[in-house]
Amino acid sequence: MDSGIALLTVFVLAVFVGFEVVSKVTSTLHTPLMSGANAIHGIILVGAIIVAGAARGTGALVVALIAVVLAAVNLVGGFVVTDRMLEMFRPRGRDGGSS
Amino acid sequence: MIPIWAQLTYLLAAVCFILALKGLSGPRTARRGNQIGAVGALLALVVTFFVYDLDHLLLILVAVAVGTVAGVWGARVVAMTQMPQLVALFNGVGGAAAALVALLELHAVRSSSVPDLVAIAFTVLVGGVSFAGSMVTFAKLQELMTTRPVILPGARWVFIAALVGSLALSVWLVVAGHWWLGVVLGVVALVVGVLLVLPVGGADVPIVISLLNAFTGLTVAASGYVLENALLLVAGTLVGASGTILTRAMASGMGRSVTNILFGALRGGSTAGSTTVSTRPVRSAGAEDIAVLLAYARKVVVVPGYGLAVAQAQHTIHELGQVLEGKGISVVYAIHPVAGRMPGHMNVLLAEANIPYEQLAEMDQANGDLRTADVALVVGANDVVNPAAKTSPGSPIYGMPILDVDEAQAVVFLKRSMRPGFAGIENELLFDPKTTLLFGDAKDSLTKLVSAVKSL
Repeated sequence: MDSGIALLTVFVLAVFVGFEVVSKVTSTLHTPLMSGANAIHGIILVGAIIVAGAARGTGALVVALIAVVLAAVNLVGGFVVTDRMLEMFRPRGRDGGSS
Repeated sequence: MIPIWAQLTYLLAAVCFILALKGLSGPRTARRGNQIGAVGALLALVVTFFVYDLDHLLLILVAVAVGTVAGVWGARVVAMTQMPQLVALFNGVGGAAAALVALLELHAVRSSSVPDLVAIAFTVLVGGVSFAGSMVTFAKLQELMTTRPVILPGARWVFIAALVGSLALSVWLVVAGHWWLGVVLGVVALVVGVLLVLPVGGADVPIVISLLNAFTGLTVAASGYVLENALLLVAGTLVGASGTILTRAMASGMGRSVTNILFGALRGGSTAGSTTVSTRPVRSAGAEDIAVLLAYARKVVVVPGYGLAVAQAQHTIHELGQVLEGKGISVVYAIHPVAGRMPGHMNVLLAEANIPYEQLAEMDQANGDLRTADVALVVGANDVVNPAAKTSPGSPIYGMPILDVDEAQAVVFLKRSMRPGFAGIENELLFDPKTTLLFGDAKDSLTKLVSAVKSL
């Protein structure tokens, strides 16, 4: 199979998975969900690292490194702040957070 | 081509992201879900360093470290009340990173195929819009600029011109493939992003963040296509799809359509509202009187709003709730889906004060509770209980589902002043005969109420 078509197939399937996994989320968790999804797209860090590693010339390298920094802020900061929020969600009878 | 084991690890990381989103959909599994996502991201990063033949390795590691430190610092110091701004900021930098990656791809490979160039043009355009738009939402939420819709003269035409121009540039880019066209496109995209978000009113800004979040997700997916990296493709698509659903869910929570939120102000009409302070008479009372009202109720419904969070009064309201429960009064917290400044924001803030989430009632349940409530205690909320959403079609919040506090036997507002809420609309309920107001900082007022109720 042509790799472009393979990627397109993956894309279409992922759209359906994306719709499906969040279709029943309660409004209680909208903020953490937005923040968590936000962290996931920080994975562009992988792309930034790949282009930085292949950069030719100082200008391209500088731009690529800026992209790496920005993506790392998005990825790491996103997961940490989501965890900080979710840490506080506890059910009644808060012994250790499990219910 | 990267080795099979590396591709399998990327697949594993993609599965982690799916599980993360799945987990985030329920309060019990949410934290673990997020941790699974973080593990997936870590796996993907480690693999990337091993399988790609990277030049400038040391510089890259330093850049990752710098970004990590900055991200962790930001995530740790932010107050829970400022969460929407931080999400906007993180989203913006993600969009910028995606756009820069696409520009570099364009620069490095001069004769790309048409599908690649389409994906690159898309990423530069949407990434630029997402970055600029997020920065404007950040400025609005941080109150670095006015939270009211900003409509420049002729804004509609400038916006349309910029949009058409950016699309034309995209086509040119795909045909010609010059990298400097990408740079020009990026700059125009920034203008489009700013113009897109400027006319959006403060109360609607969180929905725009969610939308831009979905945009950034799609740019990451497009980058995945160009780099032939299935992980980026899956992760980006997941965020794009789930972000779209989430945006629609939030918009329907406010009774608005996404197009209405984005372009309503440009069409004119929905910018009513004022920031003037009303001089009409209201009935206000001291903490002792209100304590009596509360202590002799059977059921109290607390409606917390952003004012509660600003005053850092989450713990005090919990204390008041516990004192009332100690007197055998049933206490429910009615949470409007957009209470606070972002959908679900209030739940985060109350969770911070250790209020168990079983006590938090969502819209439909809360309105049932309000019908049988003796007292509705509204703390620092305004727009989400404003009957104008039902009664005055000209109002900017018309059609937004509200908490029917007017159904309760008595209504108590704790307010700092008579200034209108975030949306800038006067609330008729304040002048209703069954309404009593207690003026002052939410935390001070609640502290007084706690001691007054205790001493009864």
